[in-house]
Amino acid sequence: MLARDVSELKRTPLHALHLARGGKMVPFAGYEMPVQYPAGVLKEHLHTRASAGLFDVSHMGQLALRPKSGKVSDAALALERLVPQDILGIAPGRQRYAQFTNDEGGILDDLMVANFGDHLFLVVNAACKAEDEAHLRKHLSDACEIDSLADRALIALQGPKAETALAKFCADAASMKFMDAGPRRVGDFDCFVSRSGYTGEDGFEISVPAAQAEALVTRLLDDPGVLPIGLGARDSLRLEAGLCLYGHDIDTTTTPVEAALEWSVQKSRRKGGARPAGFPGADKILDQFEHGAPRRRVGLKAQGRAPVREGAPLFADSASGEAIGKVTSGGFGPSLNAPVAMGYLPISLAGIGTTVFAEVRGQRLPLAVAATPFVPNTYKR
Amino acid sequence: MTTLYTSDHEWLRIEGDVATIGITDYAQQQLGDVVFVELPKVGRTLKKAEAAAVVESVKAASDVYAPISGEVLEVNDALTAEPALVNSDAAGKAWFFKIKIADKSELGGLMDEAAYKAHTA
Repeated sequence: MLARDVSELKRTPLHALHLARGGKMVPFAGYEMPVQYPAGVLKEHLHTRASAGLFDVSHMGQLALRPKSGKVSDAALALERLVPQDILGIAPGRQRYAQFTNDEGGILDDLMVANFGDHLFLVVNAACKAEDEAHLRKHLSDACEIDSLADRALIALQGPKAETALAKFCADAASMKFMDAGPRRVGDFDCFVSRSGYTGEDGFEISVPAAQAEALVTRLLDDPGVLPIGLGARDSLRLEAGLCLYGHDIDTTTTPVEAALEWSVQKSRRKGGARPAGFPGADKILDQFEHGAPRRRVGLKAQGRAPVREGAPLFADSASGEAIGKVTSGGFGPSLNAPVAMGYLPISLAGIGTTVFAEVRGQRLPLAVAATPFVPNTYKR
Repeated sequence: MTTLYTSDHEWLRIEGDVATIGITDYAQQQLGDVVFVELPKVGRTLKKAEAAAVVESVKAASDVYAPISGEVLEVNDALTAEPALVNSDAAGKAWFFKIKIADKSELGGLMDEAAYKAHTA
């Protein structure tokens, strides 16, 4: 994904604003994105948890699935062919977390799906968006028009002061609950607003027409409680919240059961449910629901101060033996003031409190399997 | 007392046959908030260009290489307890380790302050 030259990278509609505010730009998923602003990753992270942070996530893919029949239930049933989630059960004005699976039960991408009443609104990962769109066109074109909403920016406003900051421009914001989603006026702009995010904090994601993105963000940043936050803090925030990063914690070789995402697969799609199976990899995934998976994604807390980072091999023993798993995300959690990580372990070692060892610079450091989220979430349910 | 610099953004303060080594203010700015420092063991003999210490920010880990060869005489334990010193006082209180200079000719390849300024300009 690394472009050889910055000029090959795409820019979001907020590129000029990032530069004006001192954003340090790096290549990410084919885009030139701010990894941090002058405040730095640590302060940006802590500010988001204490007040509110504004993130440009316009690199992510936004798609509309419009039912050819005019009935949104037909689009929902069509999408259920590609994901193990209950899409039909998403009420109008609500949103749900989902995964595209492959025939082996692995995860092609994870996404958010909202029911906007007459169509479905999808948000997918930047690095997967071209493949996701092709996948949808290949499998759902009989039932849906698939619109790539490339002319829209996406921003996230996260943290305890997000509601107050957004309510100044969107009176309805305060009455929304976690995972409510739909078209809303924000100031003078026609936006799609959801009460969700990727930090573990209460907050919102706002899709805005590209031409109006800078004006909206400028107004939101006029609030002294709101600071712009880069990708560095976005990563440390989601890690503390125990949320998966596609391509790291989940990928085509991990199933939703192995990834500890069982909660995201509703009963209606499991054996004995109203619409069981009927998605790629259903045999394997539903078998793992019944009989368990050989390995599991777990939270890991280091006992010392040294961060244990992605790729570090994991061992059952402090001295000998072969690697039994590896760290898929890891770093320093600023709110915990301690290292945190996630990784995969054999099911026999995945119990909370189990001690395992990560090899870092030739030394085996003890880690305890820990519950996630590491930092309690503050969603407004 | 002379201060010399490496192209890897370390500084060396030379006093007799002892060099005190740290990372430059430029380096700490590039790293961002430092959250962890690992120092070499006292008594270890370092070879020039060998990984001697580790400095980690929220995002990434970076090695600090021995700019010259020699035995580690002393390490700055204050950094282990308070890694953020690297950000607040990189050129002073946040020294990493002291080394007994094994071969003074290795100092010849290092930069003076003017050359280092030009290097980071």
